[in-house]
Amino acid sequence: MRQLALLGLVFAALFFVPFVVTSEAWQNTILMTLYAALLGQAWNILGGYGGQFSFGHAAFFGTGAYTVAVLQVQLGVNPWVGLLAGGLMAVAVAAFIGFTTFRYGLRGSYFALVTLAFAEVLRILANTVPFTGAGVGILIPLDQSAANLQFASKASYYWLVWAIALAAFLTVWWIGHSRFGARLMAVRDNEDAARALGVDPFAVKMRAIMLSGLFSGLAGVFYAQYFLYLDPAIAYGPAISVESLLVPIVGGMGTLFGPLLGAVALHGVSEASRALIGDLPGISLVLYGTILILMVLFAPRGLAGLVRRLSARRNSRETTNV
Amino acid sequence: MPDLAIIVPSVLNGLTTGALYALVALGLTLIYGVLHIINFAHGALLMVGLYAVYFLHSSFGIDPYVSLLIVPPGMFALGYALQRGIIGRASHGRDENILLVTLGLSIVIENLALFVFRSDTRSVDTPYSFEVVEILGAFLPLPKVVAFAGALITAALLWLLMSRTDLGRAIRALAKERKGAKLVGIDVDHVFAMSFGLGIACLGVAACLLLPSYYVTPQVGHGFVLIAFTIVVLGGMGSFVGALVGGLIIGVVEALGGLFLGESLGQIGIFLIFILVLVFRPTGLLGHKV
Repeated sequence: MRQLALLGLVFAALFFVPFVVTSEAWQNTILMTLYAALLGQAWNILGGYGGQFSFGHAAFFGTGAYTVAVLQVQLGVNPWVGLLAGGLMAVAVAAFIGFTTFRYGLRGSYFALVTLAFAEVLRILANTVPFTGAGVGILIPLDQSAANLQFASKASYYWLVWAIALAAFLTVWWIGHSRFGARLMAVRDNEDAARALGVDPFAVKMRAIMLSGLFSGLAGVFYAQYFLYLDPAIAYGPAISVESLLVPIVGGMGTLFGPLLGAVALHGVSEASRALIGDLPGISLVLYGTILILMVLFAPRGLAGLVRRLSARRNSRETTNV
Repeated sequence: MPDLAIIVPSVLNGLTTGALYALVALGLTLIYGVLHIINFAHGALLMVGLYAVYFLHSSFGIDPYVSLLIVPPGMFALGYALQRGIIGRASHGRDENILLVTLGLSIVIENLALFVFRSDTRSVDTPYSFEVVEILGAFLPLPKVVAFAGALITAALLWLLMSRTDLGRAIRALAKERKGAKLVGIDVDHVFAMSFGLGIACLGVAACLLLPSYYVTPQVGHGFVLIAFTIVVLGGMGSFVGALVGGLIIGVVEALGGLFLGESLGQIGIFLIFILVLVFRPTGLLGHKV
């Protein structure tokens, strides 16, 4: 309950950010941070709580993004409907990938590689078939109105991503406190022991990948509506997959606030690097890669684990002092 | 239905491309078979090798084939240092951590290259770059035929090394039984680093044989990573012959895919094979049942 209260407090505070921060540039930075937290939280459901390391979350993200874009541009479907459809299509893709991989007990590194391959297949398809605009990409015509899920103000976009992120964080809080979550973590920690205790690992992992896919897909829908342009490299490229896993790994996998911590830390670092050394091609990614290596080497439990370890050390020091 | 006059050259061309893929995959096979490391940085390290060959040629006028004496040893040293300094320390007993660290390495290496070299495409012009050889009515670029032979020789050398030398025996012992190998006095960290170094040295060989007919950009490794993994999986993890055969199969699949489905869709066959093999036969076509 304390966690839920803290979550409520954090998101309530986040809600009022656009009233306090009025600079468009800063609003954009905070928006992109929250969006990264959403992407990371989506990955965290499957990777952090389920222990299934996907290297291909772009498959879900891109499907959500392309669904809303194609529906609007080719068929004139309202993007609010597209939002729903994008989420559902991403769930369908997740179910398909989950079914083919979990059915045959693919785990660990094999699962990582297969998810990457699925994302590549989708990227090649999007690069080829005409209704996605192929390699040229797809441009969503500018038509700013709330009914059209396009906003003139950054603040409105911010509240959209805020709402989706809130749903994702609440879902993860529920995972941490439900029977389903307990089963998921049991499968992560020891799949064979979990099965012996009567847990059906396949069913549990299927649910996790579908939930994970849902929020990745919604993040994709948001991306499409915010930037109004997509191409196969953006939607299905490895950059999204990497960002999805980097955020919770830096922040702390399998924790509720880990992705938020990770997103703030990563965006903080990239903003700081931009301020210090300017906007040079590749440098921010060099930093990201270095952070990833350092985290795995020295803090495999992420920032959340680091915080916990430090506070544990202080507590033990206090008790020894007494 | 295109007739044989189109299919045969296409298949032969695919075989030579496949040999290049096999060269890249040989190192990956060694690394996977022994250390059980899924080396995500394989493509990025290939790119490093390609730039090394390129600079030896553009700065000192050294022919790519002469670079075979310089680049593979250099790559070996790089691989040895990476394994001892970073990758070996990162595992904390979990495969996923190695996956993440090598992913991080590939991001760092690639983007440093992007920063230093920009995304310009560079290639090496040699007198023989555009020479062709006629085989069975197909005109094949000479460098690709050389690379084909080079892949066979490299695989044979690796096989000799693994079966006839003390290092090879130590590597095989480690691959089979880590604890036992340690008990009989094998320096585990050293042998691991030697294997990783050898795997990366194979990339050096591949780079020297590739560049006369290929190009280098900071992202050039991307195209090779998943293909190399496909070959390793297809060939049965850890089997050199498997990697060679797998590479040739993939080369032909890609060539025929391009012929029948068109350039952009052609590669999809590779990934579909990858997914199918991983899902239905993770031990590979030639691998043993685990």
